[in-house]
Amino acid sequence: MDRVLFGDNQFFGVNHMSEEKARAQSMRFQDGKAIIEVLDDAYAEGVKTFMCTTHERMTEICDYFRANKDKFPDYVFYPCMPYAHKYANAAAELGMLGAVRSFLPEENKLGALLKGGISLARQDVEGLARLLIDAEMKMFAGLNTPVIFLQNVATDFLLGLGFDEAFKMFADCVRERYQAEPGFITMNAPLLVPRLEKLGISNPIVCANINKVGFRMCPSIQAYEELIAQGRCRLVAMSVLASGALAPRQALEYVCQFQNIESIVFGASSRRNIAQTKQLIDELTRS
Amino acid sequence: MGLSHQGIVNAHPGIALKAVCDSSTYVLDVLSKYTGVTTYADYKKMLAEVPLDCLFVATPSKYHAEIVAAALERGLHVFCEKPFGLDPATGYRLAEMAERKGLVNQVGYHYRFVAAFNEAKRLLDQKLIGDLHHVRVEAYGPVVLRPKGSTWRAQKSEGGGALFDYACHAIDLTNYLIGVPKSVSGTVLNSVFSNDVDDEIYSTLQYSDKCFAQLATNWSDDSYRKMSVRLNFWGSNGRINVDRQEIQIYLRSHEDTSDGLTKGWNVRYTTELTRPVWFYVRGEEYSAQIDHFVQCISTGATPTSTFRTASDTVLVAAMLRQDAGKSRTAVQLNPAGDANALQPPASRPRSFMRSLLDHL
Repeated sequence: MDRVLFGDNQFFGVNHMSEEKARAQSMRFQDGKAIIEVLDDAYAEGVKTFMCTTHERMTEICDYFRANKDKFPDYVFYPCMPYAHKYANAAAELGMLGAVRSFLPEENKLGALLKGGISLARQDVEGLARLLIDAEMKMFAGLNTPVIFLQNVATDFLLGLGFDEAFKMFADCVRERYQAEPGFITMNAPLLVPRLEKLGISNPIVCANINKVGFRMCPSIQAYEELIAQGRCRLVAMSVLASGALAPRQALEYVCQFQNIESIVFGASSRRNIAQTKQLIDELTRS
Repeated sequence: MGLSHQGIVNAHPGIALKAVCDSSTYVLDVLSKYTGVTTYADYKKMLAEVPLDCLFVATPSKYHAEIVAAALERGLHVFCEKPFGLDPATGYRLAEMAERKGLVNQVGYHYRFVAAFNEAKRLLDQKLIGDLHHVRVEAYGPVVLRPKGSTWRAQKSEGGGALFDYACHAIDLTNYLIGVPKSVSGTVLNSVFSNDVDDEIYSTLQYSDKCFAQLATNWSDDSYRKMSVRLNFWGSNGRINVDRQEIQIYLRSHEDTSDGLTKGWNVRYTTELTRPVWFYVRGEEYSAQIDHFVQCISTGATPTSTFRTASDTVLVAAMLRQDAGKSRTAVQLNPAGDANALQPPASRPRSFMRSLLDHL
């Protein structure tokens, strides 16, 4: 994995510190062109992996990168699925089964339709999961997706319920169908890692909040520091700036001190901030 | 919500999940097959067969009363989702029963567990912005954007509609922060897209001669990514503007700055206010409220949100519905558009020339 990954919260009106900031970003990035401009800037600064949710708006971004492969020959996507609000809103409106049905591929392939219906009826969760993953991955066809992540709402939901087998289903599907490495985004990394190991998923890719102020590091910052020291997973640190609460240098000094953190994902909307963050990470990683 | 609670409960070290009951046998089969939990389709059977200490109720609202009563009868502590049933009298009766039996009773008003709102409460209790004269409470979200809804949320008889499902959060939070209103007026209950239920609620809530609140709730607004609750408080010494993540405090004067606040604007964010929880899914407050329930069972303390406070909320909702149903006494626009016609003759303003001539 690249050392520096680019995140997408700012593009979709997500800011975990301030709803006001989130709304301003949401307005700025209404147009796909605005998003592409920022990704272009990031690429120019040497950030060529985009870790993004499977939001419908991503289709436009994917189209652009498909059409411009020569301009971005080494560009990499790490899809993060599912986009939880899509499912939550559908479930509130249609009930759980109705929601699942609405997201199954409506393709003309009779096979897909039949498979969906049969999977639903037989409670073949694995079959259903594969179909849903396919539906989420459709927009990335033809693009380089070497790592595919399970979003934290899904990961932590399943973790709480004790439905660990779902992680194995996800991992197997991602490896077999997409020849990619499975990754798990979570807000409960110290709890998740041993459970993945028990399933035979060793040295998993795990993306979690890691920042100097312990923001959303559950159960505690100490538990995370212990996990990092143990070196039993490939860590991607997110929310390193605690959604804007920390100044870049002090935030990154904290994260870069840990040898066992493989990558850092951050989001920014100006070339200046992207450049500053990338340069700081490079500087602090070398030292 | 039920699955969300189940995950949090199952992950809590202080309690052991023994059984789950749901009306969907499909869901039960999947849960049983993949998580190994014991499942039931009939709650009465579950209560009879499984030795339990507490029950979490996350069914459609119209079933709350019956199930909660059955649990209390068996001496169980109960956590029930909001709104707490659909009528205040039943709610108060269940509150009284739980209190009499010394059972911990809590309702899922998770906004009471959000750090930013608790910070607002702390500052309001200290009268930091002086005497309160106006409050605006708003709750918006993208829940109903089409006429067709096929779940219980779209049916009035099932406890559906924005009043019970959305506004109750805003009402409960306001009750928590400043108390229960004495009266309500000018209530509007409107459908925007729904066929059978209300999608928006607006009303004026009165607390005293000097203090009024305006409530605005609309769940048909998809300019919001998810439910957004915001409160604004105006007092003699300034203003507080607070949402789930941020509290902005404007102080007209502030002498003692040892609390870290100054005259003018102050902003505090969830990143500095919120403590981590032992297990996180969707938001700290969902876990915090469950942990609170478990701690109250251990210590015997009264929870922050109880059957009684939740019944106060249902009572206010009932007041709003009653007020909206009354014939409205409104001041009509005069069709002639003549503003002078609204004033009694004696106070009609004299023309300048007339006044001048009078003085000569």
